[in-house]
Amino acid sequence: MRRGARFWLQLGFTVFVCLFLVVPVVMSVLAGVTENFFIGAKSGLTLRWIGEVWSLYANTVYLSIGIAVACLAVTLLLGVPAAYALARTQNRWARAFEELLVLPVAVPGLATALALILMYGQLRGFRASWTFILVGHVLFTLPFMVRSVLAVIDLQTLEDAAASLGASFRQRFFQVILPNAKPGILAGSLMVVTLSMGEFNITWMLHTPLTQTLPVGLADSYASMRLEIGSAYTIVFFFMIVPLLVALQFISDRVGQNK
Amino acid sequence: MTSDSVPIHLQSVGKTFADGTRALEPLQLDIAAGETLVLLGPSGCGKTTLLRIIAGLETPDAGGRVLFGDTDVSALPIERRNVGMVFQSYALFPNMNVAENIGYGLRVRSVDLTNREKKINELLALVQLEGYGERRIDQLSGGQRQRVALARALAVRPRALLLDEPLTALDAKLREQLRADIDRLLRSLSITSVYVTHDQSEAMALGDRVAVMESGRIAQIGTPREIYFRPRTAFVADFIGTMNRMRLAPGAAESLFRPEDTRVVAAGEAQFSGTIVSVFFLGDHTRLMVDCGSSQLLTVETTDRREFRQGEPLHLAVAREALLLL
Repeated sequence: MRRGARFWLQLGFTVFVCLFLVVPVVMSVLAGVTENFFIGAKSGLTLRWIGEVWSLYANTVYLSIGIAVACLAVTLLLGVPAAYALARTQNRWARAFEELLVLPVAVPGLATALALILMYGQLRGFRASWTFILVGHVLFTLPFMVRSVLAVIDLQTLEDAAASLGASFRQRFFQVILPNAKPGILAGSLMVVTLSMGEFNITWMLHTPLTQTLPVGLADSYASMRLEIGSAYTIVFFFMIVPLLVALQFISDRVGQNK
Repeated sequence: MTSDSVPIHLQSVGKTFADGTRALEPLQLDIAAGETLVLLGPSGCGKTTLLRIIAGLETPDAGGRVLFGDTDVSALPIERRNVGMVFQSYALFPNMNVAENIGYGLRVRSVDLTNREKKINELLALVQLEGYGERRIDQLSGGQRQRVALARALAVRPRALLLDEPLTALDAKLREQLRADIDRLLRSLSITSVYVTHDQSEAMALGDRVAVMESGRIAQIGTPREIYFRPRTAFVADFIGTMNRMRLAPGAAESLFRPEDTRVVAAGEAQFSGTIVSVFFLGDHTRLMVDCGSSQLLTVETTDRREFRQGEPLHLAVAREALLLL
């Protein structure tokens, strides 16, 4: 088949858009492993900058992982029962609550953070601890957990059936509701961890020099370190976040198939 | 397998929903032990609400009482009423296999594994699903799923079996087959059952008695024959089967009669005459729509083998005992 000018034009445009997106990523990765970026790749490739990042910022990586895990635990404990209650309650208060829950996503993170500081800034111990950042992350990620779980937890008839067989509330919840809501809970969990790892807005306002998370550390390195270190740091972040994103995609595909 | 069936008594049971809708007018209802009562009616008539009140999934308005035998269960939640329930959507637990589904009621009652397995095998045999214990739910057809649901409900030896449109989700052929299976089960177990449906042929086939419901009330309750041959209200008459209505003499009240009671006769014997508007040959009988000058077309069903033609004049008669005045 002969292809007309139209085809080549479209192909050209597509390739151009792809390059536009991919080249900066490649450059950034290259910058992180090049001896001297201004001289270029001919100065030699090295893992030195990554080692440097680790010695300077390892604690931000640990803190980010710690906060993400804690955030996951809190959103599971709050979000799953909340989603269950929301699915069971069909009045307008429940709907209003659902909307309210999403507000921290719509409101700029800086504003949420400022409100937290105004309200709790005087509590020194709390203000200086990582749990202050955790509160911000929970506010921001909770709606994602609730929404994911809500999508699958409407199991009213299954619960009725279990009850008719004599199952108590506890038995119904742990043996029927939770196992069958698992895909939603899993999808919500990955979402929460991913969002918490990458959260910058709220965290930037809430952090102290001793409670820097990975994204805040990134901003710090971009502002005050040499370009190679900032880029190497980005690579580290990539290696942490990409597996999570892949898992997220995998699970949402699985959930989609089961529908 | 025997059952511990009880009679069920409802006393002034009504239901008003939170938004003020009256789903059920206060009613009395007595269901004998071992009886199959069918609640029949169009959607929104309150039949499902009534079933859910018997189950314990809804509470009746103040003053209403539900008794299982001599025990007042009005205040008991469903999990303490020991009823078996079968749902239109099957409601099988997707996280458990067939055997685990059937055994779930025994598991929450802490029946030990050996006895549980014995009972599960008994029930698999009862619903003709031997060897299916290890299957996942999504590996079963709709009919098989509903049989598992029946087995699961029966496993706990319920005091009553409550079925909420169990055949509605199935296709026509399967529906008939499963209807026969359910009929066989209910007869052999002689378990008190309440069966909700909007399908009159299901109601006729399965019910010892049928309660026809209309906007929150029981319009008529009786055996299928009583309901069909002696409907007490126009609503019941029209809901069950097809009913013709016609004034047989000027100024007389409207008479009601069934299509199969309308005979094609010679001109001399005719009580009334009309013209054939349409002809449906159905093999075992022919259905004719006839214009006799009244507001509605009459439906006539005849086993006569001759060919009827559109526009042909037709002479008709109805036996006196087949006429109803409502």
